[in-house]
Amino acid sequence: MQLYGKKTTSSLMLGTAQYPSPAVLVDAIRASQAEIITVSLRRETADGSGAGFWNMLTGLGLHILPNTAGCHSVQEAVTTAQMARELFGTNWIKLEVIGHADNLQPDVFALVDAAKILAADGFDVFPYTTDDLVVGEKLIEAGCKVLMPWGAPIGSGQGLRNPDALRAMRAHFPDVPLIVDAGIGKPSDAARAMELGMDGVLLNTAVAQAGDPAGMAKAMSLAIEAGRSGFTADPMQPRDIAVPSTPVLGMAELM
Amino acid sequence: MITIAGAGLAGLCSALELTRRGAKVQVFEAAGSIGQSSTARFAGGMLAPWCERASAEEKVITLGKAAADWWAKLTPVTRGGTLVVALPRDGAELSRFARRTSGFCRVDRAEIDDLEPALSGRFQKGLFFENEAHLNPRRALQDLARAVQIQGGEIFRSTPAPAKVDLDCTGIAAGLPDLRPVRGEMAILECPDVQFGRVLRLLHPRIPLYLVPRGDGIFMIGATMVESSSSRPATVRSLSEMLSAAFSLHPAFAEASVIETGAGLRPAFANNLPRLTRQGGTLYLNGLYRHGFLLAPAMAAKAAEQLLSEVRDADHRELKTH
Repeated sequence: MQLYGKKTTSSLMLGTAQYPSPAVLVDAIRASQAEIITVSLRRETADGSGAGFWNMLTGLGLHILPNTAGCHSVQEAVTTAQMARELFGTNWIKLEVIGHADNLQPDVFALVDAAKILAADGFDVFPYTTDDLVVGEKLIEAGCKVLMPWGAPIGSGQGLRNPDALRAMRAHFPDVPLIVDAGIGKPSDAARAMELGMDGVLLNTAVAQAGDPAGMAKAMSLAIEAGRSGFTADPMQPRDIAVPSTPVLGMAELM
Repeated sequence: MITIAGAGLAGLCSALELTRRGAKVQVFEAAGSIGQSSTARFAGGMLAPWCERASAEEKVITLGKAAADWWAKLTPVTRGGTLVVALPRDGAELSRFARRTSGFCRVDRAEIDDLEPALSGRFQKGLFFENEAHLNPRRALQDLARAVQIQGGEIFRSTPAPAKVDLDCTGIAAGLPDLRPVRGEMAILECPDVQFGRVLRLLHPRIPLYLVPRGDGIFMIGATMVESSSSRPATVRSLSEMLSAAFSLHPAFAEASVIETGAGLRPAFANNLPRLTRQGGTLYLNGLYRHGFLLAPAMAAKAAEQLLSEVRDADHRELKTH
Protein backbone atom coordinates (compact mmCIF):
# COMPACT_ATOMS: atom_id res chain seq x y z
CA MET A 1 0.00 0.00 0.00
CA GLN A 2 1.12 3.56 -0.65
CA LEU A 3 0.62 6.17 2.06
CA TYR A 4 1.66 9.74 1.35
CA GLY A 5 4.32 8.52 -1.03
CA LYS A 6 5.64 5.77 1.23
CA LYS A 7 5.31 2.24 -0.04
CA THR A 8 4.89 -0.57 2.46
CA THR A 9 4.62 -4.29 1.94
CA SER A 10 2.84 -4.97 5.24
CA SER A 11 -0.81 -3.95 5.55
CA LEU A 12 -0.66 -4.10 9.33
CA MET A 13 0.01 -1.04 11.46
CA LEU A 14 0.61 -1.71 15.13
CA GLY A 15 -0.06 0.48 18.15
CA THR A 16 2.49 0.51 20.96
CA ALA A 17 0.41 1.07 24.11
CA GLN A 18 -0.71 -1.27 26.89
CA TYR A 19 1.87 -4.03 26.47
CA PRO A 20 3.04 -5.85 29.61
CA SER A 21 6.55 -4.53 29.00
CA PRO A 22 8.57 -2.82 26.28
CA ALA A 23 10.41 -6.11 25.71
CA VAL A 24 7.11 -7.84 24.95
CA LEU A 25 6.16 -4.93 22.69
CA VAL A 26 9.35 -5.28 20.66
CA ASP A 27 8.77 -9.03 20.27
CA ALA A 28 5.22 -8.35 19.08
CA ILE A 29 6.35 -5.72 16.56
CA ARG A 30 8.89 -8.15 15.12
CA ALA A 31 6.35 -10.97 14.94
CA SER A 32 3.81 -8.69 13.23
CA GLN A 33 6.31 -7.62 10.54
CA ALA A 34 4.63 -4.22 10.70
CA GLU A 35 6.62 -1.43 9.07
CA ILE A 36 4.57 1.34 10.62
CA ILE A 37 3.97 1.71 14.35
CA THR A 38 1.86 4.31 16.08
CA VAL A 39 3.07 6.16 19.13
CA SER A 40 0.79 8.05 21.44
CA LEU A 41 1.97 11.48 22.36
CA ARG A 42 0.23 12.50 25.54
CA ARG A 43 0.26 16.07 26.64
CA GLU A 44 1.83 14.96 29.91
CA THR A 45 4.87 13.60 28.12
CA ALA A 46 5.08 16.14 25.29
CA ASP A 47 7.85 18.00 27.11
CA GLY A 48 10.17 15.14 26.15
CA SER A 49 9.79 13.30 29.45
CA GLY A 50 8.69 10.18 27.58
CA ALA A 51 12.03 9.99 25.79
CA GLY A 52 13.11 6.74 27.44
CA PHE A 53 10.27 4.84 25.83
CA TRP A 54 10.32 6.71 22.51
CA ASN A 55 14.04 6.25 22.00
CA MET A 56 13.53 2.54 22.25
CA LEU A 57 10.82 2.70 19.56
CA THR A 58 12.69 4.98 17.21
CA GLY A 59 15.71 2.68 17.60
CA LEU A 60 13.76 -0.09 15.86
CA GLY A 61 14.17 1.69 12.52
CA LEU A 62 10.46 1.54 11.65
CA HIS A 63 8.23 4.28 10.33
CA ILE A 64 6.65 6.11 13.26
CA LEU A 65 3.10 7.38 13.02
CA PRO A 66 2.55 9.64 16.04
CA ASN A 67 -1.05 9.99 17.16
CA THR A 68 -3.10 12.52 19.05
CA ALA A 69 -4.84 9.90 21.20
CA GLY A 70 -6.86 11.33 24.04
CA CYS A 71 -7.29 14.81 22.52
CA HIS A 72 -10.78 16.22 22.92
CA SER A 73 -10.57 19.52 21.03
CA VAL A 74 -9.23 20.97 17.78
CA GLN A 75 -6.68 23.07 19.60
CA GLU A 76 -5.44 20.20 21.74
CA ALA A 77 -5.07 17.94 18.69
CA VAL A 78 -3.29 20.59 16.63
CA THR A 79 -0.87 21.43 19.44
CA THR A 80 -0.14 17.76 20.05
CA ALA A 81 0.47 17.19 16.33
CA GLN A 82 2.93 20.07 16.22
CA MET A 83 4.80 18.70 19.21
CA ALA A 84 4.87 15.27 17.62
CA ARG A 85 6.37 16.67 14.42
CA GLU A 86 9.22 18.19 16.39
CA LEU A 87 9.81 15.18 18.61
CA PHE A 88 9.68 12.49 15.94
CA GLY A 89 10.78 14.49 12.90
CA THR A 90 7.86 13.36 10.74
CA ASN A 91 4.96 15.08 8.99
CA TRP A 92 2.80 12.06 9.56
CA ILE A 93 0.09 12.37 12.16
CA LYS A 94 -2.73 10.06 13.09
CA LEU A 95 -5.43 12.51 13.98
CA GLU A 96 -7.81 11.53 16.76
CA VAL A 97 -10.27 13.99 18.20
CA ILE A 98 -12.39 12.20 20.74
CA GLY A 99 -15.98 13.36 21.09
CA HIS A 100 -17.17 11.17 23.90
CA ALA A 101 -15.19 10.06 26.91
CA ASP A 102 -16.98 6.76 27.39
CA ASN A 103 -17.29 5.32 23.88
CA LEU A 104 -14.29 7.27 22.47
CA GLN A 105 -16.28 8.03 19.33
CA PRO A 106 -14.53 10.58 17.12
CA ASP A 107 -15.90 14.12 17.08
CA VAL A 108 -16.11 14.28 13.29
CA PHE A 109 -16.79 18.03 13.19
CA ALA A 110 -13.68 18.87 15.19
CA LEU A 111 -11.82 16.21 13.22
CA VAL A 112 -12.51 17.94 9.89
CA ASP A 113 -11.53 21.32 11.36
CA ALA A 114 -8.29 19.97 12.80
CA ALA A 115 -7.51 18.10 9.55
CA LYS A 116 -7.88 21.35 7.57
CA ILE A 117 -5.49 23.21 9.86
CA LEU A 118 -2.92 20.42 9.89
CA ALA A 119 -3.03 19.69 6.15
CA ALA A 120 -2.54 23.41 5.45
CA ASP A 121 0.42 23.29 7.83
CA GLY A 122 2.10 20.58 5.76
CA PHE A 123 1.07 17.53 7.77
CA ASP A 124 0.23 14.16 6.20
CA VAL A 125 -2.98 13.50 8.09
CA PHE A 126 -4.32 10.01 8.89
CA PRO A 127 -7.76 10.79 10.33
CA TYR A 128 -9.45 8.35 12.70
CA THR A 129 -13.06 8.68 11.57
CA THR A 130 -16.39 6.89 11.46
CA ASP A 131 -17.63 5.03 8.38
CA ASP A 132 -19.75 8.03 7.31
CA LEU A 133 -19.26 8.79 3.60
CA VAL A 134 -19.95 12.51 3.83
CA VAL A 135 -17.46 12.93 6.65
CA GLY A 136 -14.99 11.00 4.51
CA GLU A 137 -15.55 13.45 1.63
CA LYS A 138 -15.05 16.44 3.92
CA LEU A 139 -11.79 14.94 5.17
CA ILE A 140 -10.57 14.44 1.61
CA GLU A 141 -11.54 18.06 0.83
CA ALA A 142 -9.63 19.10 3.95
CA GLY A 143 -6.51 17.56 2.43
CA CYS A 144 -6.40 14.02 3.80
CA LYS A 145 -5.15 11.40 1.36
CA VAL A 146 -5.90 8.46 3.66
CA LEU A 147 -9.02 7.58 5.66
CA MET A 148 -9.10 5.47 8.79
CA PRO A 149 -12.65 4.38 9.49
CA TRP A 150 -13.45 2.58 12.70
CA GLY A 151 -14.46 -1.06 12.86
CA ALA A 152 -15.91 -0.67 16.35
CA PRO A 153 -15.18 1.61 19.33
CA ILE A 154 -11.50 1.85 20.35
CA GLY A 155 -10.31 -1.02 22.50
CA SER A 156 -13.70 -2.77 22.39
CA GLY A 157 -12.55 -5.78 20.35
CA GLN A 158 -16.03 -6.08 18.84
CA GLY A 159 -14.75 -6.59 15.31
CA LEU A 160 -16.49 -4.94 12.35
CA ARG A 161 -19.82 -3.66 13.63
CA ASN A 162 -20.94 -2.40 10.24
CA PRO A 163 -19.22 -4.23 7.40
CA ASP A 164 -21.79 -2.93 4.90
CA ALA A 165 -20.76 0.64 5.62
CA LEU A 166 -17.10 -0.27 5.09
CA ARG A 167 -18.00 -1.96 1.80
CA ALA A 168 -19.86 1.19 0.75
CA MET A 169 -16.85 3.25 1.72
CA ARG A 170 -14.61 1.09 -0.45
CA ALA A 171 -16.93 1.63 -3.41
CA HIS A 172 -17.24 5.36 -2.74
CA PHE A 173 -13.51 6.00 -2.36
CA PRO A 174 -11.94 3.53 -4.82
CA ASP A 175 -8.62 5.37 -4.95
CA VAL A 176 -8.19 6.46 -1.34
CA PRO A 177 -6.23 4.15 0.97
CA LEU A 178 -8.64 2.93 3.63
CA ILE A 179 -7.29 1.57 6.90
CA VAL A 180 -9.61 0.09 9.47
CA ASP A 181 -8.60 1.62 12.77
CA ALA A 182 -10.02 0.47 16.09
CA GLY A 183 -12.29 -2.35 17.15
CA ILE A 184 -10.37 -5.35 15.81
CA GLY A 185 -10.45 -8.16 18.37
CA LYS A 186 -9.57 -11.38 16.59
CA PRO A 187 -7.59 -12.35 13.51
CA SER A 188 -10.84 -13.16 11.69
CA ASP A 189 -11.93 -9.52 12.15
CA ALA A 190 -8.73 -8.34 10.50
CA ALA A 191 -9.10 -10.88 7.67
CA ARG A 192 -12.66 -9.75 7.09
CA ALA A 193 -11.64 -6.11 6.85
CA MET A 194 -9.11 -7.03 4.19
CA GLU A 195 -11.66 -9.17 2.33
CA LEU A 196 -13.84 -6.08 2.12
CA GLY A 197 -11.04 -4.45 0.16
CA MET A 198 -9.54 -2.31 2.90
CA ASP A 199 -5.90 -1.40 2.30
CA GLY A 200 -4.77 -2.00 5.83
CA VAL A 201 -5.62 -2.54 9.46
CA LEU A 202 -4.38 -0.63 12.48
CA LEU A 203 -4.70 -2.39 15.80
CA ASN A 204 -3.27 -2.26 19.28
CA THR A 205 -5.30 -3.69 22.17
CA ALA A 206 -6.03 -7.00 20.42
CA VAL A 207 -2.30 -7.74 20.38
CA ALA A 208 -1.16 -5.88 23.51
CA GLN A 209 -3.72 -7.48 25.79
CA ALA A 210 -3.52 -10.99 24.36
CA GLY A 211 -2.02 -13.64 26.62
CA ASP A 212 0.79 -14.05 24.09
CA PRO A 213 1.17 -10.71 22.30
CA ALA A 214 3.85 -11.93 19.87
CA GLY A 215 1.74 -14.98 18.98
CA MET A 216 -1.29 -12.79 18.35
CA ALA A 217 0.77 -10.30 16.33
CA LYS A 218 1.83 -13.14 14.04
CA ALA A 219 -1.76 -14.40 13.78
CA MET A 220 -2.96 -10.92 12.82
CA SER A 221 -0.24 -10.59 10.22
CA LEU A 222 -1.19 -13.93 8.64
CA ALA A 223 -4.91 -13.08 8.75
CA ILE A 224 -4.32 -9.75 7.05
CA GLU A 225 -2.24 -11.36 4.35
CA ALA A 226 -4.89 -14.06 3.85
CA GLY A 227 -7.70 -11.50 3.71
CA ARG A 228 -5.83 -9.34 1.23
CA SER A 229 -4.97 -12.30 -1.02
CA GLY A 230 -8.60 -13.43 -0.83
CA PHE A 231 -9.79 -9.99 -1.94
CA THR A 232 -7.36 -9.65 -4.84
CA ALA A 233 -8.11 -13.21 -6.01
CA ASP A 234 -11.69 -12.06 -6.74
CA PRO A 235 -13.75 -14.38 -4.53
CA MET A 236 -16.87 -16.13 -5.74
CA GLN A 237 -20.21 -14.64 -4.85
CA PRO A 238 -22.64 -16.50 -2.56
CA ARG A 239 -25.53 -18.24 -4.33
CA ASP A 240 -28.91 -19.43 -3.20
CA ILE A 241 -28.74 -22.81 -4.93
CA ALA A 242 -26.33 -25.64 -4.50
CA VAL A 243 -24.00 -26.27 -7.40
CA PRO A 244 -22.11 -29.56 -7.38
CA SER A 245 -18.40 -29.16 -7.48
CA THR A 246 -18.00 -32.31 -9.58
CA PRO A 247 -19.40 -32.34 -13.12
CA VAL A 248 -22.88 -33.82 -13.48
CA LEU A 249 -22.53 -34.51 -17.19
CA GLY A 250 -20.93 -37.69 -18.31
CA MET A 251 -21.85 -39.67 -15.21
CA ALA A 252 -21.28 -43.38 -15.29
CA GLU A 253 -24.35 -45.11 -16.67
CA LEU A 254 -25.75 -48.20 -15.12
CA MET A 255 -25.97 -51.06 -17.58
CA MET B 1 34.05 -3.38 53.80
CA ILE B 2 31.31 -3.23 51.15
CA THR B 3 30.06 0.20 50.14
CA ILE B 4 26.54 0.83 48.85
CA ALA B 5 25.16 3.95 47.19
CA GLY B 6 21.50 4.62 48.00
CA ALA B 7 19.51 3.78 51.14
CA GLY B 8 16.28 3.02 49.33
CA LEU B 9 14.66 -0.36 49.14
CA ALA B 10 17.33 -2.02 47.01
CA GLY B 11 20.23 -0.54 48.99
CA LEU B 12 18.89 -1.35 52.44
CA CYS B 13 17.71 -4.86 51.53
CA SER B 14 21.14 -5.57 50.07
CA ALA B 15 22.85 -4.13 53.15
CA LEU B 16 20.79 -6.41 55.37
CA GLU B 17 21.50 -9.50 53.26
CA LEU B 18 25.22 -8.64 53.32
CA THR B 19 25.39 -8.07 57.08
CA ARG B 20 23.46 -11.31 57.65
CA ARG B 21 26.26 -13.04 55.76
CA GLY B 22 28.80 -11.44 58.07
CA ALA B 23 29.96 -8.63 55.80
CA LYS B 24 30.73 -5.11 57.01
CA VAL B 25 28.61 -2.59 55.14
CA GLN B 26 28.45 1.17 54.65
CA VAL B 27 25.39 2.70 52.98
CA PHE B 28 25.52 6.26 51.63
CA GLU B 29 22.30 8.21 51.26
CA ALA B 30 22.25 11.68 49.75
CA ALA B 31 18.90 12.56 51.34
CA GLY B 32 18.60 13.66 54.94
CA SER B 33 16.25 10.91 56.05
CA ILE B 34 15.44 7.35 55.10
CA GLY B 35 12.80 7.12 52.40
CA GLN B 36 12.77 10.85 51.74
CA SER B 37 13.91 10.50 48.14
CA SER B 38 13.01 6.85 47.63
CA THR B 39 10.42 5.79 45.08
CA ALA B 40 9.34 3.17 47.63
CA ARG B 41 7.80 5.98 49.60
CA PHE B 42 4.94 6.04 47.07
CA ALA B 43 4.58 2.28 46.78
CA GLY B 44 1.48 0.30 47.62
CA GLY B 45 3.49 -2.16 49.67
CA MET B 46 1.63 -5.09 48.17
CA LEU B 47 3.26 -8.50 48.39
CA ALA B 48 1.09 -9.85 45.61
CA PRO B 49 3.10 -12.04 43.23
CA TRP B 50 0.12 -14.02 41.96
CA CYS B 51 -1.89 -10.91 41.04
CA GLU B 52 1.13 -9.22 39.49
CA ARG B 53 1.57 -12.24 37.23
CA ALA B 54 -1.42 -10.90 35.26
CA SER B 55 0.93 -8.48 33.52
CA ALA B 56 4.41 -9.74 34.40
CA GLU B 57 6.58 -12.76 33.74
CA GLU B 58 6.60 -15.90 35.91
CA LYS B 59 9.68 -14.55 37.70
CA VAL B 60 7.52 -12.25 39.84
CA ILE B 61 6.20 -15.41 41.48
CA THR B 62 9.43 -17.38 41.74
CA LEU B 63 11.33 -14.36 43.09
CA GLY B 64 8.48 -12.84 45.05
CA LYS B 65 6.63 -15.62 46.81
CA ALA B 66 8.95 -15.64 49.83
CA ALA B 67 8.83 -11.85 50.25
CA ALA B 68 6.03 -11.81 52.83
CA ASP B 69 8.00 -14.13 55.15
CA TRP B 70 11.16 -12.08 54.62
CA TRP B 71 9.45 -8.83 55.58
CA ALA B 72 7.51 -10.32 58.47
CA LYS B 73 10.80 -10.73 60.36
CA LEU B 74 11.34 -6.94 60.27
CA THR B 75 8.04 -5.13 60.08
CA PRO B 76 4.31 -5.79 60.49
CA VAL B 77 2.91 -7.69 57.50
CA THR B 78 -0.84 -8.08 57.04
CA ARG B 79 -1.60 -11.47 55.57
CA GLY B 80 -5.14 -10.78 54.51
CA GLY B 81 -4.82 -11.78 50.88
CA THR B 82 -6.06 -9.79 47.89
CA LEU B 83 -9.67 -9.52 46.79
CA VAL B 84 -10.12 -8.76 43.09
CA VAL B 85 -13.50 -7.49 41.94
CA ALA B 86 -15.02 -5.79 38.90
CA LEU B 87 -18.21 -3.91 38.23
CA PRO B 88 -20.90 -6.01 36.49
CA ARG B 89 -20.23 -4.59 33.03
CA ASP B 90 -16.51 -5.38 33.35
CA GLY B 91 -17.03 -9.10 33.91
CA ALA B 92 -14.78 -9.80 30.92
CA GLU B 93 -11.88 -8.15 32.77
CA LEU B 94 -12.37 -10.53 35.68
CA SER B 95 -12.34 -13.57 33.36
CA ARG B 96 -9.23 -12.30 31.66
CA PHE B 97 -7.47 -11.66 34.97
CA ALA B 98 -8.39 -15.18 36.12
CA ARG B 99 -6.97 -16.71 32.92
CA ARG B 100 -3.63 -14.95 33.43
CA THR B 101 -3.19 -15.74 37.12
CA SER B 102 -3.17 -18.64 39.58
CA GLY B 103 -3.32 -19.11 43.33
CA PHE B 104 -6.85 -17.76 43.76
CA CYS B 105 -10.30 -19.10 44.48
CA ARG B 106 -13.45 -17.73 42.89
CA VAL B 107 -15.78 -16.07 45.35
CA ASP B 108 -19.45 -15.21 44.97
CA ARG B 109 -21.46 -12.42 46.50
CA ALA B 110 -21.95 -14.14 49.86
CA GLU B 111 -18.25 -14.99 50.15
CA ILE B 112 -17.23 -11.46 49.18
CA ASP B 113 -19.57 -10.06 51.82
CA ASP B 114 -18.09 -12.48 54.30
CA LEU B 115 -14.53 -11.39 53.53
CA GLU B 116 -15.30 -7.69 53.39
CA PRO B 117 -18.60 -6.84 55.08
CA ALA B 118 -18.19 -3.23 53.96
CA LEU B 119 -18.69 -4.37 50.35
CA SER B 120 -21.99 -6.04 51.25
CA GLY B 121 -24.07 -6.65 48.13
CA ARG B 122 -21.89 -4.53 45.86
CA PHE B 123 -20.12 -7.23 43.86
CA GLN B 124 -21.42 -10.55 42.52
CA LYS B 125 -18.15 -12.20 41.55
CA GLY B 126 -14.54 -11.92 42.56
CA LEU B 127 -11.19 -13.66 42.88
CA PHE B 128 -9.56 -14.17 46.26
CA PHE B 129 -5.78 -14.55 46.40
CA GLU B 130 -5.49 -15.94 49.89
CA ASN B 131 -1.69 -16.09 50.18
CA GLU B 132 -0.96 -12.47 49.37
CA ALA B 133 -0.05 -9.83 51.92
CA HIS B 134 0.77 -6.17 52.30
CA LEU B 135 2.82 -3.87 54.48
CA ASN B 136 3.21 -0.17 55.16
CA PRO B 137 6.07 1.00 52.90
CA ARG B 138 7.24 3.95 54.98
CA ARG B 139 7.18 2.02 58.21
CA ALA B 140 8.91 -0.90 56.49
CA LEU B 141 11.73 1.33 55.21
CA GLN B 142 12.36 2.63 58.74
CA ASP B 143 12.25 -0.86 60.22
CA LEU B 144 14.56 -2.10 57.50
CA ALA B 145 17.11 0.65 58.20
CA ARG B 146 16.98 -0.18 61.90
CA ALA B 147 17.54 -3.87 61.16
CA VAL B 148 20.61 -3.01 59.09
CA GLN B 149 22.02 -0.95 61.96
CA ILE B 150 21.28 -3.65 64.55
CA GLN B 151 23.30 -6.02 62.36
CA GLY B 152 26.18 -3.57 62.52
CA GLY B 153 25.70 -1.91 59.13
CA GLU B 154 26.47 1.81 58.93
CA ILE B 155 24.07 4.20 57.20
CA PHE B 156 25.31 7.71 56.43
CA ARG B 157 22.50 10.19 55.77
CA SER B 158 23.01 13.46 53.88
CA THR B 159 26.22 11.93 52.57
CA PRO B 160 26.90 11.56 48.87
CA ALA B 161 28.41 8.21 47.99
CA PRO B 162 32.15 8.06 47.19
CA ALA B 163 33.04 8.08 43.50
CA LYS B 164 33.39 4.32 43.43
CA VAL B 165 31.13 1.97 45.39
CA ASP B 166 30.78 -1.80 45.36
CA LEU B 167 27.00 -1.74 44.92
CA ASP B 168 24.94 1.00 43.30
CA CYS B 169 21.25 1.09 44.25
CA THR B 170 20.37 4.62 43.22
CA GLY B 171 17.43 3.82 40.94
CA ILE B 172 16.86 6.20 38.05
CA ALA B 173 19.81 8.33 39.19
CA ALA B 174 22.15 5.46 38.29
CA GLY B 175 21.64 6.46 34.63
CA LEU B 176 22.12 2.93 33.34
CA PRO B 177 21.62 2.31 29.63
CA ASP B 178 18.21 0.69 28.91
CA LEU B 179 16.87 1.89 32.25
CA ARG B 180 13.78 4.06 31.89
CA PRO B 181 11.45 5.80 34.32
CA VAL B 182 7.79 4.81 34.56
CA ARG B 183 5.88 7.48 36.37
CA GLY B 184 3.33 6.43 38.98
CA GLU B 185 0.80 8.58 40.78
CA MET B 186 -0.99 7.74 44.01
CA ALA B 187 -3.15 9.26 46.71
CA ILE B 188 -3.72 8.64 50.39
CA LEU B 189 -7.27 8.92 51.64
CA GLU B 190 -8.69 9.13 55.12
CA CYS B 191 -12.07 7.49 55.32
CA PRO B 192 -13.11 6.39 58.81
CA ASP B 193 -16.50 5.25 57.49
CA VAL B 194 -15.28 2.03 55.83
CA GLN B 195 -13.07 -0.79 56.96
CA PHE B 196 -11.29 -3.26 54.74
CA GLY B 197 -9.07 -6.06 55.95
CA ARG B 198 -7.12 -6.69 52.80
CA VAL B 199 -5.92 -5.21 49.53
CA LEU B 200 -8.74 -4.67 47.05
CA ARG B 201 -8.23 -4.52 43.32
CA LEU B 202 -10.94 -3.10 41.11
CA LEU B 203 -10.46 -4.22 37.53
CA HIS B 204 -11.46 -1.81 34.80
CA PRO B 205 -10.52 -1.67 31.13
CA ARG B 206 -9.15 1.85 31.47
CA ILE B 207 -8.58 2.59 35.14
CA PRO B 208 -7.63 -0.47 37.18
CA LEU B 209 -7.25 0.51 40.81
CA TYR B 210 -5.78 -0.99 43.92
CA LEU B 211 -6.65 0.10 47.41
CA VAL B 212 -4.37 -0.77 50.31
CA PRO B 213 -5.70 -0.36 53.85
CA ARG B 214 -3.11 1.20 56.13
CA GLY B 215 -5.22 0.95 59.27
CA ASP B 216 -6.90 3.71 61.29
CA GLY B 217 -9.15 4.64 58.37
CA ILE B 218 -6.20 5.40 56.08
CA PHE B 219 -6.11 4.00 52.53
CA MET B 220 -3.58 4.25 49.78
CA ILE B 221 -4.90 4.17 46.21
CA GLY B 222 -2.86 3.78 43.07
CA ALA B 223 -1.39 3.82 40.68
CA THR B 224 -0.95 5.21 37.21
CA MET B 225 1.72 3.96 34.80
CA VAL B 226 3.01 6.63 32.45
CA GLU B 227 6.10 6.33 30.26
CA SER B 228 7.50 9.60 31.54
CA SER B 229 10.46 11.02 33.41
CA SER B 230 8.42 13.88 34.83
CA SER B 231 8.28 13.99 38.61
CA ARG B 232 5.82 16.86 38.80
CA PRO B 233 2.92 16.41 41.21
CA ALA B 234 0.01 14.11 40.30
CA THR B 235 -2.22 15.42 37.51
CA VAL B 236 -5.92 16.22 37.77
CA ARG B 237 -6.76 13.62 35.13
CA SER B 238 -4.94 10.83 36.95
CA LEU B 239 -6.35 11.78 40.31
CA SER B 240 -9.90 12.19 39.07
CA GLU B 241 -9.78 8.76 37.44
CA MET B 242 -8.34 7.06 40.53
CA LEU B 243 -10.70 8.86 42.88
CA SER B 244 -13.76 8.01 40.82
CA ALA B 245 -12.62 4.38 40.69
CA ALA B 246 -12.35 4.43 44.50
CA PHE B 247 -15.81 5.92 44.67
CA SER B 248 -17.19 3.15 42.45
CA LEU B 249 -15.59 0.60 44.77
CA HIS B 250 -17.43 2.12 47.71
CA PRO B 251 -19.53 5.29 47.81
CA ALA B 252 -18.21 6.17 51.28
CA PHE B 253 -15.03 7.37 49.55
CA ALA B 254 -17.00 10.37 48.32
CA GLU B 255 -16.65 11.77 51.83
CA ALA B 256 -13.03 10.71 52.31
CA SER B 257 -10.33 13.34 52.82
CA VAL B 258 -7.46 13.33 50.35
CA ILE B 259 -4.59 13.70 52.78
CA GLU B 260 -1.74 13.22 50.35
CA THR B 261 -1.06 12.85 46.66
CA GLY B 262 2.26 11.81 45.22
CA ALA B 263 4.16 10.93 42.09
CA GLY B 264 7.27 8.79 41.80
CA LEU B 265 9.47 7.38 39.07
CA ARG B 266 9.85 3.63 38.96
CA PRO B 267 13.14 2.51 37.41
CA ALA B 268 12.48 -0.21 34.82
CA PHE B 269 14.37 -2.25 32.25
CA ALA B 270 12.78 -3.30 28.96
CA ASN B 271 11.29 -6.50 30.40
CA ASN B 272 10.09 -4.69 33.54
CA LEU B 273 12.09 -7.09 35.72
CA PRO B 274 14.97 -6.18 38.04
CA ARG B 275 18.53 -6.93 37.03
CA LEU B 276 22.02 -7.14 38.48
CA THR B 277 24.55 -5.61 36.11
CA ARG B 278 28.21 -4.91 36.40
CA GLN B 279 29.91 -1.79 35.09
CA GLY B 280 33.57 -1.41 35.88
CA GLY B 281 34.12 -2.27 39.51
CA THR B 282 30.53 -1.58 40.53
CA LEU B 283 27.59 -3.94 40.73
CA TYR B 284 24.19 -2.34 40.05
CA LEU B 285 20.90 -3.56 41.46
CA ASN B 286 18.16 -1.74 39.64
CA GLY B 287 14.90 -1.95 37.70
CA LEU B 288 12.59 -2.98 40.53
CA TYR B 289 9.78 -1.22 38.62
CA ARG B 290 6.46 -1.66 40.43
CA HIS B 291 7.70 -4.67 42.38
CA GLY B 292 10.04 -3.09 44.91
CA PHE B 293 8.85 -4.67 48.14
CA LEU B 294 8.01 -7.89 46.33
CA LEU B 295 11.31 -8.48 44.56
CA ALA B 296 13.92 -6.51 46.51
CA PRO B 297 14.54 -9.27 49.10
CA ALA B 298 15.32 -11.98 46.52
CA MET B 299 17.36 -9.61 44.37
CA ALA B 300 19.26 -8.35 47.43
CA ALA B 301 20.16 -11.93 48.33
CA LYS B 302 21.50 -12.44 44.79
CA ALA B 303 23.47 -9.20 44.99
CA ALA B 304 24.96 -10.20 48.36
CA GLU B 305 25.94 -13.65 47.07
CA GLN B 306 27.57 -12.16 44.00
CA LEU B 307 29.49 -9.50 45.90
CA LEU B 308 30.74 -11.93 48.55
CA SER B 309 31.75 -14.57 46.05
CA GLU B 310 33.74 -11.90 44.20
CA VAL B 311 35.42 -10.92 47.48
CA ARG B 312 36.22 -14.59 48.18
CA ASP B 313 37.65 -15.00 44.68
CA ALA B 314 39.79 -11.88 45.12
CA ASP B 315 41.06 -13.10 48.52
CA HIS B 316 41.85 -16.44 46.97
CA ARG B 317 43.85 -14.83 44.18
CA GLU B 318 45.70 -12.72 46.70
CA LEU B 319 46.62 -15.77 48.79
CA LYS B 320 47.96 -17.50 45.71
CA THR B 321 50.17 -14.63 44.66
CA HIS B 322 51.74 -14.31 48.12
